[in-house]
Amino acid sequence: MILQTLFFYLFAAVTVASAFMVISSRNPVHSVLFLILAFFNSAGLFLLLGAEFLAMILVVVYVGAVAVLFLFVVMMLDVDFAELRHGALQYLPIGGLIGLILLIELVMVLGAWVIAPDVSATPAAPIPPMGETSNVAALGQLLYTRYVYFFQAAGMVLLVAMVGAIVLTLRHKEGVKRQDISQQVARTPEQSIEVRKVPSRKGI
Amino acid sequence: MNDFWSTYGFPFLVMLGQSLLLLVVLLVIIAYILLADRKIWAAVQMRRGPNVVGAFGLMQSFADLGKFALKEPVIPAGADKTVFLLAPLVTVILSMAAWAVVPVADGWVIADINVGILYIFAISSLGVYGVIMGGWASNSKYPFLGALRSAAQMVSYEVSIGFVIITVLMCVGSLNLTAIVTSQESGLATMLGVPWLSILNWYWLPLFPMFVVFFISALAETNRPPFDLPEAESELVAGFMVEYGSVPYMMFMLGEYVSIALMCALMTIMFMGGWLPPIDVAPFTWVPGVIWFALKCLLVFFMFAMVKAIVPRYRYDQLMRLGWKVFLPISLVAVVVVALVLKLTGWHG
Repeated sequence: MILQTLFFYLFAAVTVASAFMVISSRNPVHSVLFLILAFFNSAGLFLLLGAEFLAMILVVVYVGAVAVLFLFVVMMLDVDFAELRHGALQYLPIGGLIGLILLIELVMVLGAWVIAPDVSATPAAPIPPMGETSNVAALGQLLYTRYVYFFQAAGMVLLVAMVGAIVLTLRHKEGVKRQDISQQVARTPEQSIEVRKVPSRKGI
Repeated sequence: MNDFWSTYGFPFLVMLGQSLLLLVVLLVIIAYILLADRKIWAAVQMRRGPNVVGAFGLMQSFADLGKFALKEPVIPAGADKTVFLLAPLVTVILSMAAWAVVPVADGWVIADINVGILYIFAISSLGVYGVIMGGWASNSKYPFLGALRSAAQMVSYEVSIGFVIITVLMCVGSLNLTAIVTSQESGLATMLGVPWLSILNWYWLPLFPMFVVFFISALAETNRPPFDLPEAESELVAGFMVEYGSVPYMMFMLGEYVSIALMCALMTIMFMGGWLPPIDVAPFTWVPGVIWFALKCLLVFFMFAMVKAIVPRYRYDQLMRLGWKVFLPISLVAVVVVALVLKLTGWHG
């Protein structure tokens, strides 16, 4: 157990430190890079919990895709941080309120383990013991049977969001030369090459 | 204390030794893969290629290594120093870290984890950070353009790679890389009644369209020609690597080739039966599995090298069209079709 504890403190310390750096570093690109480090270390924490599938998905989805787009946007935007900091104080009450709500929720979630330890023993769906079935199989069994409607609904929400984003940004410009590969491939020499006899000294 | 040694110390040392062995073998192979790449390229263009250092130029990669190591690293004045130097490190470390779960023969794997293929997918999806960080930190236009292109390109092709992996996983029923190989011990050949012809058992035959999609997506994912737009020398000088020289540049190159080798290994494992012999009769079964594995990887790499030599570079919009409008629908339909076939025929357990 010594090694697990050691790694827990390592991952946890790096996560907290890099999360702090996300909000305190001056350069927005550095912020995103620290955010990536925080994600990565949270994946490490998931691994320590035995949630290997969740850890990998966190890396694939958040680090591999979402954070890339973040980085993409932050690099393209010309963010002046001094100006942003300027009005930060007037949002302090709202920010503080949201932080407080989050803190209370976290305390309630974690407190349940302490106040009522037997709550975790009676979940809606029984958690199969580790070693008996793999993470992926257990999650799949639950997601695709018991929670299949929620799963589908979440998929539909994402689909609608995606279609909306495409509709908002798609501009079909008129008068632009477009490449149609099937047309190019279907072309024959007869359609595209014309052999002419050029009379000498006259041209065409 | 004794207890601690036997639970943690000894296994740690064994793992360290295995990792070092794998890395050394891998790096030597990479040195010769690099040479082979240049030689094949030269042969296609009827040149000789590198032939001065050592017999047939066999020591060329080591000479290059010496040259890179002895040069002075130059960091541009306007560059973000930390990120600039971190980028090649990220590239090379990530590409090597993925090899931890690759089984090179039956049981020859450093970490035989349950979610092996997801781990590789996750780690290889991080490879884009080396490129973006390098391009951004250089604080110059061409590297930045290269980085932006590469970000879009790698993210797009990951989608189809993910779906191809899913089709294979549905046939296997496990995410473990060793299980993927062992599930190819029986298949089409056993169904046809010719169990000795085990080459037909592998997934390349039943999943042939996926094999092609994965091969092309792997080219795009590793920024190999014809998809080397992030470093298109005719437009962007050298793309995200313009400002790099000496050891940092070498690390970028090394990381690139290690991840190419990883993609070859992944194709070998998923579609070409890993360490299994192609024909299940006496002289072939005597050859150790690691040799078969290496031979198959080299075969895939030969295809990579030939593509580089033969195919002209794609234009950027063609690349995006291929990724989103061709491969994504094909692989999506394939997932549905494979699932349907598996369900109807009841193939896997």
